[in-house]
Formats: sequence, structure tokens, C-alpha cells
Amino acid sequence: MFGYTMDEVGNIMVMQGFSGLSLFSVLLLMALGLAIIFGQMGVINMAHGEFMTVGAYTTVFMSKLAVKYEIVNTYFVFAIIAAFIIAFFIGYFIEYLLIRHLYKRPLDTLLATWGLSLVMQQIFRSTFGAKEVSAELPEWLLGSFKPTPDIDIPINGVFVMGLALIVTVGVYFFMFRSRGGLRVRATMQNRIMAGAVGINTQKVDRLTFALGCGIAGVAGAAFTTISSTGPTTGSLYIVDSFMVVVFGGAASLMGTIASAFGIAQAQSILQFFMTSSMGKVATLMTIVIILMMRPEGLFASKVRK
Amino acid sequence: MKSLSDKLLGGKQGAVGLALLALLLFVVFPLWLDLFRLGLLGKYVTYAFVAVSLVLLWGNGGILSLGQGMFFGLGGYCMAMFLKLEASDPVSTKIQTTPGIPDFMDWNQLTEIPWFWVPFKSLPLTLLLVLIVPTLLAFIIGYAMFKRRVGGVYFAIITQAIALILSILIVGQQGYTGGVNGITDLKTMMGWDIRTDSAKYILYFANAGLLIGCMLLSRYILTSKFGMLLLAMRDKEERVRFSGYDVSNFKIFIFCVAAMISAIGGAMFTLQIGFMSPSFVGIVPSIEMVIFAAVGGRMSLIGAVYGTLLVNFGKTVFSETFPELWLFLMGGLFIAVVMFFPDGLAGIYEKYAKKFDVAGLVSKYASKISKKASKMIGEII
Repeated sequence: MFGYTMDEVGNIMVMQGFSGLSLFSVLLLMALGLAIIFGQMGVINMAHGEFMTVGAYTTVFMSKLAVKYEIVNTYFVFAIIAAFIIAFFIGYFIEYLLIRHLYKRPLDTLLATWGLSLVMQQIFRSTFGAKEVSAELPEWLLGSFKPTPDIDIPINGVFVMGLALIVTVGVYFFMFRSRGGLRVRATMQNRIMAGAVGINTQKVDRLTFALGCGIAGVAGAAFTTISSTGPTTGSLYIVDSFMVVVFGGAASLMGTIASAFGIAQAQSILQFFMTSSMGKVATLMTIVIILMMRPEGLFASKVRK
Repeated sequence: MKSLSDKLLGGKQGAVGLALLALLLFVVFPLWLDLFRLGLLGKYVTYAFVAVSLVLLWGNGGILSLGQGMFFGLGGYCMAMFLKLEASDPVSTKIQTTPGIPDFMDWNQLTEIPWFWVPFKSLPLTLLLVLIVPTLLAFIIGYAMFKRRVGGVYFAIITQAIALILSILIVGQQGYTGGVNGITDLKTMMGWDIRTDSAKYILYFANAGLLIGCMLLSRYILTSKFGMLLLAMRDKEERVRFSGYDVSNFKIFIFCVAAMISAIGGAMFTLQIGFMSPSFVGIVPSIEMVIFAAVGGRMSLIGAVYGTLLVNFGKTVFSETFPELWLFLMGGLFIAVVMFFPDGLAGIYEKYAKKFDVAGLVSKYASKISKKASKMIGEII
């Protein structure tokens, strides 16, 4: 196959598979936030990538502080929490200013949030400069395992994946096993009824949107461990994240996980055997074709409207 | 029954609006602006084709396509391929390893022209393909999606993904498409040098004429029974379907028309500016063009053209003087238009200026002036 022996193909698969897992984790974190904002609320948040960038810059900033006060080994946990909180509050603010006026016009949220993403990108550029910056990583995140001499598994990838899994479980428990999640789902299913039984739907909207943005912030923190951050970093992931959510079936958590996994793995394995751009083209093309044949996505049964 | 001219012009109001626009494009701008500025204006006018197509598709049909840039780009690429083949004749490319093929192919070790470039050796075939290729792509996308009743938000996201695929493909396949630089160094069309001043004027006027033509076609579509159906589909799709109409076929048709109009704009862009690159194919230009239409007014053909011209004028002015402010302004404009002026400039005009009946005033003055003129001429004679 492609001039490699079976053994080599196996090793390449494992290694590309693990590098795909880092991509999977970032995509999953992005898509979880988007699945809440887009899948549940119906808001097309084109600025979602910029909320990820907010999280990434927060982490970078925290790492600079950590170097100054010499706590590089422990700061990362705080950075993740800070990334969540800052993205959460910016999201809260944006919902209040912008999004709440547009719930009845979903296509217009797309345009308004695209405008928002331009403004945010320029703010990043003016504040942090156009150059890409990267966080000082603690030592325990660097290096790699070597289970066999030919296989090399980076630790940061494993860490990011662990983080993604924890957040996923957290989102699951919040959405499906808690009072707050019940309110969110009730509001999204039938706003008027939910209001009639005493749920403050405006508050629910605001917190839901902010939660989605906060998770994007965590995605940004995770992103800093595998790559450097620039003003337009977020916009590179926005289409992929939307594809993950749509492909998985917008309202399904399992679908989001499965499609994030599928897309990330397909991309990173194909990119090894073809050129990087063709790997991406092949992946996206496959998704578009599958979506044309099965518009409701992998894990949902309703017809898309 | 309305007469054909009513259908084409959209009544007195529409006719005066069109006449004013034509006056600006054909007389005022060419007299007022120098050739450099007129060239810029010509570029904006090519974007206006896309804005007009979006008024049909999005404002009246309720279908938001985030992939209009790819039809614009495909039209432009078809034109550019013809011009590039003509520019790379064996004499002027004799320093290459393989003379007679475009320079970027030679750099990428291609020794002959790939099969899909071959039809672009002939001009009539190229002009046909400029229209057919984007329309065919639109038909395939439209057929696959509207027949399965995919619409609204999902249509927007999937067209966006397709635009991304196409732009990555063009950038990645450098040997076949010129890669990220696009197709550059275009010189002549059938021996006619498109870089001279006179050619630039001729192309500008041809471009403006085509735009007016496309607007007449769009107006005809919108004032016909089909236009009524389009509005009905936008507002109550289910009811139209239950009345016995096949909604998907109408949607496919309007999507194809919109693609074709965008492609004409793209081809004219290539002719006037002299290159085509993937930066006009991807997501960013596609969304920007939606904004042009939104600023002008998503329901108004004429408004969309003014919107395009104004936004681009602003972009040029601000990115020349305050490059950092431009993104803030552009972003702020998106947000403000969506939140406060959903019907754009045309909506503002409808709300405020119409009270003064500008169209009525203009036609009154026009008739007064023509009476005076004929009197004066009479006196002179």
C-alpha cells in the first residue's frame, strides 16, 4: 500500500491516529460549545472561533505571568479555568448586547456574528500583535511515550484528550442530568411553555450562550498545548466545527463526539498519504456528499428545516 | 396584464431608479473619475453582479448561499484560463522547458495542457463555459439539497463548506490552477490588448451594460408570476407546497440563475483586472458579498448595487488611510445593518426619502428640463 510495508502502515496509522486525537480533542471542545449554541439555541455563531482565540490568548497571558512568578508547573489548571471564565463573561455580554435581539432571525445571527468576529480579530491584532504567540508549557506536558521503538505518542495530545473527555462528561451531566440542563432543554424545545411554567427564559438563553462560549475558551486553552496562537487562529477552525456539529446531527451529543472523531481521524490519516490540502479536501468532500444523502446527520432522525 | 416594459423596469419608480443608476455608471463616473479610479469602480461593479444575484436568491427567495464567491470565482477562472492560454503562445514562452504551456504548469513539471484546459482554447466555447460551469455546479448542489428539503441554515453552512473545499483545491493543485497566486499575466483577448487605456474604457462600459442587463433580467423574474411564488416560498414554504407547486424545482432554478449572474461578474472581473486568484473563491469573499447586498438592501436590486459601491468605496478609502480601523468599521457595519437596518439603504430610502417622492421630483424636473430645452432649441432654430 503506497510503497510501505504492512508493519510501517500500522505504525503510521497509530502515530497519525494519535496526532488525529489532538485535533479530535480541539474539534470536540469547539463542537461541544457550538452544539449547545447552534444545535440547541439555533444561533449560527460565526464568532465561535474567536471565543476559542480568547481562551488561547488568556492561557498565553497566564503563562507569561507564571514564568514571572515561577509557577510554570502548576499554572495550567488555573489557565484552563481562567480561559473558561473570561470566554464565559464575554459571551454573556455579547448575548446581552447582540444575540438576544436576533433569536427570531437565525440567518441574521450569522451575519452579525461574522461582523463580531472581524471586530474581535482586529482587537486581538491591536492588543497582542499580528505575530503568533505560544504559551510556556509546563515540563510534564512536553516529551512523548515510546511504547515500541517505532511509535511516538506526544504527552500533550494525551493531556488534551483527557481534558476533552472531562469537559464532555461535564456537559453531558449538566445537559441531561441536572436541573439547569432541564431548564435549557425545556426553553429550547418550547420557549412559551417553558416561560409559562416559571422558567426565566431570557436568563436561560444568556447562560446557555455564555456556557457555549466558555467551552470554546477551554478549547482555546487546549489548543495552546499543540500549536501557537494568532489573531486569525479561530477562523481556521470555524468551518470544521460547524461541519462536525451538522454531520453529527445538531442536537445529539453522541453524534458530535462520533463525527468529531471521524473527521479528525480521516483528516490526519489522509493527510499523511496525500498532500495536506488534498487530505482536507477529501474529508470535507466526503462529509458534504454524506450530508447530501443523509441531510439529518448521523445521529438524528428529524428532517432538517 | 402588465406590459413587457413594465415587467422589465418595475413601474415608474423602478424605471427612474434604473435610469439614475445608468446615468451614474455611464455618464457621471466616466467623466468624473480618472482611469485608475474608474478601474477600481469597474472592479466594484463586478461585485455588484453577485449582490444582485443575492437579492434574487436571498432577499426574495429566502435562500442564503454563502458560496456565491465560488460561482464568481469559477466564472473568472474560466475566462482567465482562456486568456492565459492565449498569453502563453510558444514564442513568448520559449525560455520554458516546454514552450506553449502556461508558466505555472512549466514550473510544476507539467509537459502538456491538462484535458480540462483544452476547451478553453476557443473563445466561443469559453464564453459558453463561463455560463455553464457555475450553473452546472449550482444545479448539482441545488438538486442534491433542495430535493431533500435541506434549506435555511443548513444550506448556508454546506455551501460555505463547498466554497472552502473549492478554494483549498485551487490552492493545492498548483500545477493545474496556478495555486495561491492564481492565474496572472493576462494580456490579450483574440489579439486585442486588454491592458490599454481604450480597452479599459470599453471593458468598463461593457461591464456596466451587462450589469444593467442582469438587473433587467432579475427584475423580469421578480415581477413575473415566478417572482410572486418566490416570495411566497420565502414566507410560507409549506403552503406553496400544499398548493401543488414543486418548491424544490423553483429553488434550483433561482439558485442556477443566481450562479450564472455571479459568474458573469467573475468573468468581467478577470477581463478588467487582468488576473484571477483563489482569494475570490473562498468563504471570506462570499460572506463579504452577502454584506454588500445586506447594506444596500436585500430586497432591492438597485439598492444592492449602491450598497456594493458604497461599502467598497469605504473599504478603499479606509484601508488606504486607516488600515487598522477598517476591520472595526466593516464588522461594526455588519452588526449595525443586521440589527438596526435589516432592509439596508433601500429600506432607509423607503422609510424616509420616499416621503419626499424623489422619483416623482426627478421625473417632474426631467420633463421640465426637456420642455425648456425643446423651447430653447425652438428659439435657436
